[in-house]
Amino acid sequence: MAQETFKFFDLIEKMSAREVYGKKLAEIGKDNDRIVVLTADLMRSNKTGDFRKAHPERFFNTGIAEQNMMGIAAGLALEGKMPFVSTMATFASMRACEQVRTDICYSNLPVRIVATHGGLTTGAGPTHYGQEDMAITRAMPNMTVIAPGDPNQIGKVVEASINWEGPMYIRIGRGGEPVIYKEEYKYEIGRSIMIKDGRDVTLIATGCIVYHAIAAAEMLSKDGIQARVIDMHTVKPIDREAIIRAARETGAIVTGEDHTVIGGLGTAVAEVLAEEGLSCPFKRLGIQDMFAGYGEPEDLYHLYGYDAEGIYKTARAIL
Amino acid sequence: MSDKKSIGELKDLACEARKNILRLCHKGATHIGGDLSMADVMTVLFQYGMKYNPENPRWPERDRFILSKGHGAGCFYVTLAMAGYFTMDHVLEEFRKFGSHFGEHPSGEIPGIEISTGSLGHGLPISIGMALSARLDGRKNRVFTMMGDGETQEGSVWEGAMASAHYELGNLVAFVDRNRISLDGETEKLMHLEPYSDKWKAFGWNVLDIDGHKIEEIVGAIDSLPPVDSDRPTVVIARTVKGKGVPEMENNVNWHAGSIDDEFLARSCADLDKARGKGE
Repeated sequence: MAQETFKFFDLIEKMSAREVYGKKLAEIGKDNDRIVVLTADLMRSNKTGDFRKAHPERFFNTGIAEQNMMGIAAGLALEGKMPFVSTMATFASMRACEQVRTDICYSNLPVRIVATHGGLTTGAGPTHYGQEDMAITRAMPNMTVIAPGDPNQIGKVVEASINWEGPMYIRIGRGGEPVIYKEEYKYEIGRSIMIKDGRDVTLIATGCIVYHAIAAAEMLSKDGIQARVIDMHTVKPIDREAIIRAARETGAIVTGEDHTVIGGLGTAVAEVLAEEGLSCPFKRLGIQDMFAGYGEPEDLYHLYGYDAEGIYKTARAIL
Repeated sequence: MSDKKSIGELKDLACEARKNILRLCHKGATHIGGDLSMADVMTVLFQYGMKYNPENPRWPERDRFILSKGHGAGCFYVTLAMAGYFTMDHVLEEFRKFGSHFGEHPSGEIPGIEISTGSLGHGLPISIGMALSARLDGRKNRVFTMMGDGETQEGSVWEGAMASAHYELGNLVAFVDRNRISLDGETEKLMHLEPYSDKWKAFGWNVLDIDGHKIEEIVGAIDSLPPVDSDRPTVVIARTVKGKGVPEMENNVNWHAGSIDDEFLARSCADLDKARGKGE
């Protein structure tokens, strides 16, 4: 069930999830010697250097060898460690795909894959876009898939992961996204957060599109439309109850994600609606079935219609 | 834990292992060629080289073993049965049965099996993680892995080879079942591996090159392993013959996998006994 916690915020303060992740890891690593950290020549990018400084014996930089890194993580986890493994989303989900599935998921090992630069956040072209990662990892049995709704939430996810069973795929962006949550709140894996309630339409978003959904809701409210906004940070296992309530109580749903519309959040929501026999106006926003071009993420979100304006227009169109 | 056995005892056990491998192949198709090629090394490892406790499969101080060439499950089940993890009758009963864990590839659900394997090129990286963990925890166990030679055409093996030497994992020992034949034919024609020892040496490994069917040489390799806390991983390249011990199967690409009938089983077991009787 969703929890209503928040009012709107100004979305001015920006943070980097990678910075938050690096600091949180070093902090929780102090009291928990099960935690080991691996990266494949991206320590300076994923900010795991603080952990290395504090716990050099528990830090492994495997060089540019992601398959090997995931296999090593599986071996460490088999022996009781809790590996946090970081590389870019595209490499975590595809270069080392089979190691993640067969070595980690098949044995249900507590490996935490923290994939940076999810979606189009690198702006560095399709070779570096993680635009299918949630679809791929969501299909893996035992895997939990999370895209934190704001840069600070990764800290809460890391904390919650300590007591979570099985493997996790945690997807963050490049950084520089607005801070949404400015007050203390309760975070629970698998339980979405209702940021704003509304009766006319529900905007369900994940990762760095959550703040676009909030901005879209503000635009809608100026038109007299009250949108519910849900931060669906956990894409698997998905919060079915929140989706069912959204359909029943608001009668229309728009999903938004920095990811292909095939197999990610939108698909997961559609699966729940279809299986529950719930029919309502419904649109999935994200990258269509294509390779995205170069550009700044915000410009690309606008071009592909899943920024605040795109969400706003879509909501207007289906109501 | 394995008691140190004599060469003669080990030869008897290897002969028995081959007969059990054939019994299993009689129950259902196995990767019989590779099962037979690694049977001597597996026998020496579990009956001489490794410390473990079948009564307590998760004993923390045990030596770890990862069958990276997971298609050698038949030989693995036989080896574990003979090591006391379960009975051979149990394996014969369960093998390839609907709903059983004893399938074509090893399952981590089976006692004595650390992790499910089958996709090639995965075992070495997993073993590295286990070896790093042993070092972090101050344990003195070794981590053994067994790869097929064709398997080492996988790039992830060489990622692991690089990392094992870089992390100075003296507690890691890889065996390669160098039978020179993979599913489609001879490795040297398909995608050549030679100069094989040189490749491992160039990656910084301690390389032992042995006849993988001479029990004395396998025992010698185990006895000459550097100390667990030394700084170089060891690879034992075991030169073997695919299908070893069954003349129709030896070096025969058609016996990569398959099953055998009653007559084949009886005749092959009798031949193995006869050969053992002559001291082989």
